[in-house]
Amino acid sequence: MPADPMIAISELHKSFGALHVLKGITLTVPRGAVVALLGPSGSGKSTLLRCINLLETPDRGEVRVGAQRMAFGAGGQRMPRDRELAAFRARTGMVFQHFNLFPHMSVLGNVMEGPVTVSGAPRAEADRLARGLLDKVGLLDKADVYPQHLSGGQRQRVAIARALAMAPEVVLFDEVTSALDPELVGEVLAVIRQLAEEGMTMVIVTHEVAFAHEVADLVGFMSDGQIVEMGPPAQVLERPENPRTRAFLERFHSFIGSFGQRGAT
Amino acid sequence: MHYSWDFGFLWQYRTIIAIGLGYTVLYALGTILLGLIIGFAVGIARLARSPVVNYPLIAYIELFRCTPLLVQLIWFYYAFPVIVGLDIPAHVAAGLTLSLYTGAFYAEIIRGGVNSIERGQWDAARAIGMRRGQVMRRVILPQAVKRMIPPFMNQSITQLKNTSLVSTIAVSDLLYQGEIITATTYRPLEVYTTVAIIYFGVLFPLTLMAQLVERRLAESD
Repeated sequence: MPADPMIAISELHKSFGALHVLKGITLTVPRGAVVALLGPSGSGKSTLLRCINLLETPDRGEVRVGAQRMAFGAGGQRMPRDRELAAFRARTGMVFQHFNLFPHMSVLGNVMEGPVTVSGAPRAEADRLARGLLDKVGLLDKADVYPQHLSGGQRQRVAIARALAMAPEVVLFDEVTSALDPELVGEVLAVIRQLAEEGMTMVIVTHEVAFAHEVADLVGFMSDGQIVEMGPPAQVLERPENPRTRAFLERFHSFIGSFGQRGAT
Repeated sequence: MHYSWDFGFLWQYRTIIAIGLGYTVLYALGTILLGLIIGFAVGIARLARSPVVNYPLIAYIELFRCTPLLVQLIWFYYAFPVIVGLDIPAHVAAGLTLSLYTGAFYAEIIRGGVNSIERGQWDAARAIGMRRGQVMRRVILPQAVKRMIPPFMNQSITQLKNTSLVSTIAVSDLLYQGEIITATTYRPLEVYTTVAIIYFGVLFPLTLMAQLVERRLAESD
């Protein structure tokens, strides 16, 4: 593992009211690595992702992405300002379960929005960048279409292009195939696979166990606000040591055993 | 019952009626504009979740929404000057009250419109590095305004009718001019029928237009 990781989270805590969602998460993601996070719903996976790009402000702990570092809680640190949070997020891409494309902008407009509004790029330059990214996700011909005319898989690929337009150091994927029809899952996973091959650092929250096995360098299993097991996919997915990981995977295996494996290629 | 209708005499009062209509339209447009500025400021400020900001604004909104406009007008014209020890001319009291009244409704329309936009839009905009103001300007408001337009048009049409209440504090709007004419001619039936027809003539085309706009908006979704 290289000495200088891309993401370093330490002792991260987050509560919503009385609900203690993250209970001291420590996570290191090497530069260029793909980490897949598995776990039952409610285990804190999405909250962890949202804390990595500070969409949620952690109560305690430290978050570092690339050269940017922010500490929260005990040490008397002040709350970071909106401007600082925005600058932090600009370097950390995120793709959501429900796409969240801007419905009042064309596909091209969605991808150009970050570079133009946030980075102040000239329109012509942003246009060129956006078209290049749409080409990369196979949707250049849809540049002038509005999101409501796209399939779920196409929308998610636009959302990925929109995240990439900010040239992020890291991309976070939050159950990005969970809202898709089964036959549309493959096209989105193909784009993520390509990003992995290009060496993009990614954290992927997913229920696609087979995909995690194939693409991830590290698989983490979350349960009850903690990462209870972390290691190479062959170890965590095939020989899990933690009883909760084992129970979760057994349920999954019996599920695909009865319905046949789907969409993971 | 026999009554012989005669509208002919009204012709000689056409200037007085026209002045009245002018005031009515002026009060409607002026207070809609002022109310919109108040409503926008209050509606957006209400989105900040700070109780220090919120409670006074909620108090303002509910005070104006939950008391009759007629009572507000009279209070502002007669009671408010006593409290502050300052004479307030009728047209200022009228303009202020109407603006604050409709502003309270606009504020709720604007707040409701912004809140109706899914949380995911905020997430996505913030995730590409937008600051709060940018998210509002570029992502939330363009979508929210579309949803605000129909209730805004409704409230504004009601507002034009509401201006008729200023006649009670002797502002010479259309209804007040009607009362003046009635006082000298003793023919209230013709006068108020005419006043009603003029209000209708102004508002009916506007409601038709509002329906058209609403249909267009629905299609563009």
